[in-house]
Amino acid sequence: MSAPTRVLRAARRRQAVYWLYLLPGVLALTAVIIVPFGLNIFYSLHRWKGGLSPMHWYGLGNYADLLHDSAFWGSFRNSVWMIVAMVVVPTLIGLVLAAVLFDHVGKNVGSRTASLLRATYYLPQIMPVAVAGIVWNWIFNAETGALNTFLRDIGITSPPNWLGSPGTALPAVMLVLVWVQIGYPTVIFMSALQRVDPELYEAAELDGAGWFRRFQAITVPQIRPETYVITLTCTIAALKVFAPIYVLTRGGPELSTLVPSYYSFLNFFDKSKVGYGAAVATVLTLVIVAVATVIQVLQNRAARRDEEGL
Amino acid sequence: MATLTQARTRPVVAPTRTQDRHHRGALRWVVLAGCVVVALLMLAPFGLMVMNAFKSPADYSTHGPLTLPSSLYFSGLAKFWSYVDFPVKLWNSIWSSAAVAVLGTLLSLLTAFAIGVGKVKGRVWLVAVFLLANMLPQEVLLYPLYTMAQKVGLNNSPWSIVVIFTVIQAAFGTYLLASVLGTFPKALLEAAQLDGANSWRVLWRVVFPIVRPTLSVLMIFFFIWTWNEFFIPLVMLTTPDSQTVPIALASLQGDRMLDVPTLNAGALVSLVPTLMFFLFFQRTLTRGVTAGAVK
Repeated sequence: MSAPTRVLRAARRRQAVYWLYLLPGVLALTAVIIVPFGLNIFYSLHRWKGGLSPMHWYGLGNYADLLHDSAFWGSFRNSVWMIVAMVVVPTLIGLVLAAVLFDHVGKNVGSRTASLLRATYYLPQIMPVAVAGIVWNWIFNAETGALNTFLRDIGITSPPNWLGSPGTALPAVMLVLVWVQIGYPTVIFMSALQRVDPELYEAAELDGAGWFRRFQAITVPQIRPETYVITLTCTIAALKVFAPIYVLTRGGPELSTLVPSYYSFLNFFDKSKVGYGAAVATVLTLVIVAVATVIQVLQNRAARRDEEGL
Repeated sequence: MATLTQARTRPVVAPTRTQDRHHRGALRWVVLAGCVVVALLMLAPFGLMVMNAFKSPADYSTHGPLTLPSSLYFSGLAKFWSYVDFPVKLWNSIWSSAAVAVLGTLLSLLTAFAIGVGKVKGRVWLVAVFLLANMLPQEVLLYPLYTMAQKVGLNNSPWSIVVIFTVIQAAFGTYLLASVLGTFPKALLEAAQLDGANSWRVLWRVVFPIVRPTLSVLMIFFFIWTWNEFFIPLVMLTTPDSQTVPIALASLQGDRMLDVPTLNAGALVSLVPTLMFFLFFQRTLTRGVTAGAVK
């Protein structure tokens, strides 16, 4: 046996050892994620009441039924509002808060104050969503809730039933989600701003650029990577949102706050239409993967453009 | 950069010094006031919760939710504590989250070691699968996991939560750690191999000490994420003695027996463990949030 082949074989043996390290992870992933994912698709091709009841082959029937289901379409329309409440609004507010805390409060008032404020904004993020939902549910209560008591105190005689009427339930839920989310972009943007070269700002200031102009021309482009990370993670979270809906409105009133995840849950356990619920979940998965891919592609393209620009 | 050059060519109106300073001084306080107002709005729900957690039901029904309690009332806390059998839920939450934190981190390390250091074949695909697994909505796994747990007798046992979330969190951990270990200094690995260290020794004597800070951040994240998890525990844990804190609190909703002060006391008590945890690990955490973002 010549020396090179022995070296090669040794290298291959060394590689083979690493498969052992991979084994537990791959087995666990198969058992807990890949097999259930496959089973879910299998369920979605059947009519099934769940449990021990018989399964009836239905082909793509569940998916065809989805096309004519106004509740299904409504749930995805609400997903767009969830994205507004969990991505768009918090990112914009978080960007302004981070810039103000970093530029203004941190430099002119003191870094202690800035980090205290930052911790305050972040507080709702560490609260279990169920706890937050229960407190907000009571705040919004039409009769004894804090919000309506306050409104009556200042002279509004018949304040709305926030979570109980179709017109106000969605905005109320969105408000809670904005409150929950704000801290996340604020904290990430604040650390991103520390990365930006202060010389850029000094040069711009010498050129007479005002605060807003510097913000627009330097801050926003410099922290673009973080913006993409926030957009990606929060959009996925917004598409998956379940717990706030469950504790605040249960999708009601009149399905006005129904979201896809809650709709599939409803089909699984309330309506005993497991196949149909599985189809909703599968479509939701496809939407999430598609949206994540689009955001990732946009990010890669932007990064490439930046490299070429420099 | 184009906008910058534009700004340069534009004639600049320089305000007189003193006027500028005055203006700035006033503006500074306006901006600070704005930040404080936002902070107060963020804190308002917490304030309302604390205010009403220590108020007697009679006080609440006569004075409403917006006044301070006329005398401190602790029976709401006591009532919640015994009503939901809180120590049981607290213990379930603590041990299942801790188990997920430890096992999830360990599993992430082993898998990421094979991918990042071992450079096994097809690692790009493996990372993609782990990333995808993390992206899946839990609804798509829920019903199969529910029937599987029933078959193996893990329904209504926090162990089902441990198994499921160890894998879900490890999917994220693997994705993150694999990219960290992919850039692990080669010289260190080669030196260890020359010394005759096998892969197991390399993992624990060379790799582990260096990535320990990242691992501790992962552990804290896994603990908090599992603690706050709602959807799968809600379905899996239906008996009172198996439930975790968030599920126990949510199950109180719509319970007519419960008064508002007790509900607020319950919310407060359920928040305290995460709050303590957060304050304790705040430094590590903010570092972790930052590290994750710039990646």
